[in-house]
Amino acid sequence: MEITPSLLALQLVTGIALGAVYALLAIGLSLIFGMLTVVNFAHGAFFMVGAFVGLYFLGLTGNFWFSLVLTPLVVGAIGLVTERFLVRPLYGRGIDYPLLLTFGLSWVLIEAMRVMFGIEGIPSSTPPELRGAVDLGFGYFPKYRLFLILATAVIVLALWLFLEKTRYGLIVRAGSRDGEICKVLGIDIARVWLVVFGIGTGIAGLSGVLAAPTRAVNPEMGIHVLAESFVVTVVGGMGSLPGAVLAGLLVGIVFSLTSLFAPDLAELSIFVLMAVVLLIRPQGFFGKKGLLS
Amino acid sequence: MRDLFALVKRHRVAAVLLFLLVFPLLMPYHALAINILLFGLFAVGFNLLFGYTGLLSFGHAAFLGVGSYLTGIALVHGGWPWWLAMVAGVAAAGVAGLVIGFLAIRTRGIYFSMVTLALGQIVYYAFYKAERWTGGENGLRGIQVPEIHLGPWVLDFINPVTKYYVILAFVAVALWFVSRILASPFGAVIEAVRENDRRAAACGYDVARTKLLVFVLSALICGLAGALRALHLSIVPIDSLHYLLSGQAVMMCLLGGMGTFFGPFVGAAVFLTLEDVATVFTKHWMAIVGAVFMVFVLFFPSGMWGTLVKRLERVR
Amino acid sequence: MSQKPANLRRRRIVMAGTAMATAPALFNIARAQAGTIKIGFPVPLTGAFSAEAQDQVRAAELAVKEWNAAGGHKGQMCELLVRDDKLNPGEAATRTLELIEKDKVNFVVGSLSAATQLSINAVTRERKVLFNSISQSDAINEAKDWSLYTFHEALNPHLTAGAVGRYAFPKFGKRVVYLTADYAYGHEMVRGFQRAGQAFGVQTLADIRHPLGAADYSAFLPRIQALKPDILVLCNFGRDLVNSAKQATDFGLKQGTKIIAPVLLFTSRLAGGADAFEGILGGTSYYWGMEDKIPSAKKFNDAFRKAYNGAVPSDYGALGYAGIKSVLQAVKDADATDSTRVSIALRQLKYDWYKGPQFYRKCDHQSVQSVVIVESKSKGMKDKNDVFNVLAIEAADEKNLRSCEEMGHKVTT
Repeated sequence: MEITPSLLALQLVTGIALGAVYALLAIGLSLIFGMLTVVNFAHGAFFMVGAFVGLYFLGLTGNFWFSLVLTPLVVGAIGLVTERFLVRPLYGRGIDYPLLLTFGLSWVLIEAMRVMFGIEGIPSSTPPELRGAVDLGFGYFPKYRLFLILATAVIVLALWLFLEKTRYGLIVRAGSRDGEICKVLGIDIARVWLVVFGIGTGIAGLSGVLAAPTRAVNPEMGIHVLAESFVVTVVGGMGSLPGAVLAGLLVGIVFSLTSLFAPDLAELSIFVLMAVVLLIRPQGFFGKKGLLS
Repeated sequence: MRDLFALVKRHRVAAVLLFLLVFPLLMPYHALAINILLFGLFAVGFNLLFGYTGLLSFGHAAFLGVGSYLTGIALVHGGWPWWLAMVAGVAAAGVAGLVIGFLAIRTRGIYFSMVTLALGQIVYYAFYKAERWTGGENGLRGIQVPEIHLGPWVLDFINPVTKYYVILAFVAVALWFVSRILASPFGAVIEAVRENDRRAAACGYDVARTKLLVFVLSALICGLAGALRALHLSIVPIDSLHYLLSGQAVMMCLLGGMGTFFGPFVGAAVFLTLEDVATVFTKHWMAIVGAVFMVFVLFFPSGMWGTLVKRLERVR
Repeated sequence: MSQKPANLRRRRIVMAGTAMATAPALFNIARAQAGTIKIGFPVPLTGAFSAEAQDQVRAAELAVKEWNAAGGHKGQMCELLVRDDKLNPGEAATRTLELIEKDKVNFVVGSLSAATQLSINAVTRERKVLFNSISQSDAINEAKDWSLYTFHEALNPHLTAGAVGRYAFPKFGKRVVYLTADYAYGHEMVRGFQRAGQAFGVQTLADIRHPLGAADYSAFLPRIQALKPDILVLCNFGRDLVNSAKQATDFGLKQGTKIIAPVLLFTSRLAGGADAFEGILGGTSYYWGMEDKIPSAKKFNDAFRKAYNGAVPSDYGALGYAGIKSVLQAVKDADATDSTRVSIALRQLKYDWYKGPQFYRKCDHQSVQSVVIVESKSKGMKDKNDVFNVLAIEAADEKNLRSCEEMGHKVTT
């Protein structure tokens, strides 16, 4: 097989587009873990719910941009309810319990979508304004995937601005550093955790509606995605946002390049990457050391 | 009541076995009863690591699967007699436990869980790709053990009741083994590690070696469950190695009660029966099982058996 | 020491006892009645192929109803025991064990994936129960898995891929790339295509394996773009096909390349939509639109429409129908209800239930049947079910199957 520079370049861009979706997913997961020390096993399910909700709003309003705005709000709201009534009672019981609870929750969410939207899933297509492929010089690349890369960049930037430049973002960062002190300083830390959980799940839902045009939307679509999200979050470091973004891109590129040279090993390669990182540097790129049970 | 309970606790293995002896009469069909035996054993093996040592592994399906596959491969490709094939399966699971355990115990907490997940998936892909030996996605077929010869007796292994009691014999031995471990000084060290492993280290125990040893023991038990499962189903499906099966072990232990001897069995019985019954009534069994599970996590963290034990212990 | 009143304690014991005694009764709800011919029907009612499975159940129930309405066999009626195998081979084996041991079924028909049918077969052949499989697999007919009691009503990958190849290769070109799901079924499809392609001088530029169930194929597409093949074969199934078709369209692969798939499922096409499948052709065992060419298809469609409010049967649904009908006809022919005699009768059966003449090849019990080549439609659709154009029907021919010797069978009659 001939590997030309243009093929490599196109493969790289593909990897970055893949990585963008991974990064978005990992951000939500990492945020929730960093702040609440909760491993959200329902993350893939929220992604899937986002895809369905997004398509529903698209069908209702006919406008893709509306659904982009509404979906994370709806999914985030579900996240808020989840945190308040299902996860909050479990704090202080150890790291395993919220993990197990969200595991059960994922089953319920999947079945709920089956009941609401049917077992076969719903057809999704690229919004008309983003259809078609663009000639990048070294190959044709779908316009929509370029949009995905752009959208991810915008979301990451917005999140960064929120965390670094706003007062509430400061509170969130402080809370993840030391919740006790925040409480002492008079901050309602429970409310902060609630909001963060909502943001995390909202972003998961947003990645779902963004990913929906590129793949089949069915109730099982989140299961596959969950394992990949964990790989990325671990590699980047649980609790680190720049880590999630970097790791997302790295995993996307690794997967893409492995697919070029040894396609049947591509999926295995990301798990090997995960194992290697965990064994050599468990906190990943930028994770906090000592984040244990 | 209290005296009865104390008696049961002292002879827990005998009590469990007594229950399991009459179990087939309670169950409407034997394949379910056998599945409960097998998954109960799997959960007991898993519980050794999870409930008693406090290490949540998400890759335990690897040991069940390795036990199943190596038993199957020895039977189908090697032509070994069934009992020797089982030895191969269990031994292989033990080796897998040694390797994975050695790598995994270098990490702690949530990273331990993640690394077991990753390593378990690597084992899954390895067996998936080795199509010539394992049948890949089609599974390993050709495991046929129609009869078991024990000296002068010939047992019809296809008869479900006979099969149940043969498997029960193995499960009984394994349960006795686990009970002995837990009652021994080593058992106390395990629980000490769960409560506070730094402190256990400070007291002079070799925590790493303890963890590794428990890992291997757990793998051996799960491997035995796998070997028996291969003989029961006559095939080894590829999802024996998938993390969803590992997740089921966690669910069963939680439903039944981690850190109790009989809890995992109860959990396995409840989980499998619930799935079975729910499937008969509705297509939405997944929501029901998921909801029940959430209820248990929130309100009965000690599981069904664990809560019962706690209640009985409080009656004074 | 608790001072519970005696009758409270007694009440508890009675309640516990009642609960234990009635527990088995809960399961008996699904039990079959005595004195009937029972056919077990394990299919994945939940999971990725639930839509196809539910159609299989509908069609199978239609077949049973028709047979019972015609008097059954000497007054013995047939009862269909449907079970959910959750697309999981371990679960399928357990269900089959339950059907045989507890429900005492006479025969088993079913399954919708290679892995599950092989696991059901492992259980049924050991217990000498007839099993008629209604989904694709190359392996089930091979000597290793085969038994006197193993029958295969559905198409197999080799035949399907070969038929599609024989149609497409002369029309669209010689330079072929395969995007293959990395499991036995995918490999078998490729083998079928390559075998058929030999006669046309077809050149395999690449056989790219992707993980089964992958959602995102973008990583594989640049290479295919660079190779610029005449034909891109999407050697996967169901949702994988929907995803890969969509993304191949997004990457502009349809310009200059003809995309073909070995199996185009009716339900996948409905779920995936017209855009993704535009211009794609493939094979199938049945499409309802054949009814203007094949009289038995019209008869079957009309019966299905009457029973199910105007709905039309899908490809896999029709297999459910045929699988049951063949077995029940064999019961009549053998004048018996035990698996051995019915199997022998099934071997001799010649039938035409819904798509033209069929029979089971003696050496491996594969149903020799036609393959339909269809192309996805996006314009001029008369209603929501009018999704395919029938391009050709390759007639039933034993020569298109792999030879008995190749499958490991020593006895060919």
